[in-house]
Amino acid sequence: MRPQTLADKRPARPGPRRARTAPEREATRRGGRLRGLITVGLFLLPALVLFVLLVLAPIMLAGYSSFFKWNGFGFLPTNFIGLDNFTRMFADPIFLGDLQRGLLLIVLSLVVQLPLALGLALLLNQPLRGRAFYRLLFFAPYVLSEVITGVLFSMFLSPERGMANHLLGLVGLESLASTWLSDPSTVMYSLFLVMTWKYFGLHMILYLAGRQGIPKELIEAAQLDGASGWKVFRHVTLPLLGPTIRISVFLSVIGAIQLFDLVWVLTEGGPIHSSETMAVTMFDYGFRRYQVGYASAISVVMFLISLVFALGYQRFVMRRDTEGAITGMRDLR
Amino acid sequence: MSRVSTRERVRTERRLRHLGLHVIVIAAGSFIVVPILYGVLSGFKSNQQLSSNPFGLPSPWVASNYTDVLLSPDFWRQVGNSTFIAVATAVLVVGASAMAGFVFARFAFRGREMMFTLFTMGLMFPFAVAILPLFVLLRGLGLLDNPLGVILPQAAFGLPMTIIILRGFFRSIPGEVEEAATLDGCSAFGFFWRILLPMARPAIATVSVLAIVNSWNNFFLPLVVFNDPGWWTIPVGVQQFSGQYSSDTARVLAYVIVAMIPALAFYAVAERQLVGGLTAGATKG
Repeated sequence: MRPQTLADKRPARPGPRRARTAPEREATRRGGRLRGLITVGLFLLPALVLFVLLVLAPIMLAGYSSFFKWNGFGFLPTNFIGLDNFTRMFADPIFLGDLQRGLLLIVLSLVVQLPLALGLALLLNQPLRGRAFYRLLFFAPYVLSEVITGVLFSMFLSPERGMANHLLGLVGLESLASTWLSDPSTVMYSLFLVMTWKYFGLHMILYLAGRQGIPKELIEAAQLDGASGWKVFRHVTLPLLGPTIRISVFLSVIGAIQLFDLVWVLTEGGPIHSSETMAVTMFDYGFRRYQVGYASAISVVMFLISLVFALGYQRFVMRRDTEGAITGMRDLR
Repeated sequence: MSRVSTRERVRTERRLRHLGLHVIVIAAGSFIVVPILYGVLSGFKSNQQLSSNPFGLPSPWVASNYTDVLLSPDFWRQVGNSTFIAVATAVLVVGASAMAGFVFARFAFRGREMMFTLFTMGLMFPFAVAILPLFVLLRGLGLLDNPLGVILPQAAFGLPMTIIILRGFFRSIPGEVEEAATLDGCSAFGFFWRILLPMARPAIATVSVLAIVNSWNNFFLPLVVFNDPGWWTIPVGVQQFSGQYSSDTARVLAYVIVAMIPALAFYAVAERQLVGGLTAGATKG
């Protein structure tokens, strides 16, 4: 625990402190504590009201509605059906497909996107002409909205007017030409391509920051001891990047579980549900088919999956970096 | 003699390695640039040109797609809406978080850590989970087709990250500063307003930039809250426009490219704050 700050040890006001009698001092102290509590309450009020009303309450309402059959009209559902929504979900091929597809995206991100980002980060850490420009460029897609990215790529990948197939033809890979987003067998990979375009810059920036946090002396010492480039990477750089890698994996997984915008704009989950994610299924049932109870149940499961993953990951994988990584972003200067 | 040639060889080797690195970086750079370049050039083509001449420069250059967007009052209204909502969200979330972060950083009271943990748990609550009940709630409060229906929830969901960053920063300001202020007769609020906030300007800038970018790009919430086109933000507008003119590829691409400009311009100005905010978490591990 950190030592208490001065504010904790009030009263520290100047004044005729010595002239006061003990009971009087006691009274001011209690008055001070009350005033302190009021201050605390007033300062916390706006954040607390917003958070309880618009974050906690909706999530609890989702939990409540998930036990009802409800078309979403009125303020609260009334037709209680117990766990029916949940049993229905685990027999629903679309939902089960969502889980599979989510897993596929996670695996692809971890195996392709993150190593790519790490490689480029290490590359941009070398003295290379124009590296500031490249860093700026690689990260730029992250600031574009998913909608803009999605619409741009739905055109880019279009077989008629798009460019992707023409480009493949240009480098002699006509055989790889495809209908990309409208073929159930390629749509997930096309989606992953767009995700990589949009997000690898974020991971690269994280790795770059992590790499720059490694003291030069450690790398130099390893080199002096005769370690080759690969060995330095394997035994010095990589372990020291551990916390950054763990955070980046965490963000990838959580992002894949909750993916909505990109899919919605690129395919709306199609063709025939072949690119649907949990969030898309939930949206479809909730806002298009008015099965709000069932949709709430899906969102509850989505939440539970994120929560179990987050807690398990922090408990078993991040362990000692948790304090620094997620909860204590200290020393931001 | 042989020494010179070794040196020469080392130098060539290094140059070759350098060339290799450049090739990789340029390949990755083209991966990013080509889709955008395709969009920019296609916006200057007619649809007929798009099919017959996918690679070449437009001939003739057709500017009407771009000028149509730039002269469209709908587009500018969307820019205005997005700006207003982003700024209002940032003010609200940073204000509320600064006050809460101050209390979490500088006061001792029972339940403080528990309450702080509650807020940090909010990091795991995805928007997607809450969107349905949020919609029901906003409908009940009469906040559909009202900018507050987007501003308030965005601010609420932005609280956890903002409070965590600001609390960390407030904790790093030495206690002596507060001691001095208190001895000079400064109240808690006076210290917060006149000393802490000005000292925390870099952190405030960082979290404001994060809030603005998140709000600017938010799609899910404005999509369900705004039925009235008069309130659409840029992402909703782009999506609707691409649906409406789906067969007019060149026009849609021009719209998309123009819609990118504000975000890229903001990125150019605030890159340092944005990157600082995003990496703060990962590097302090």
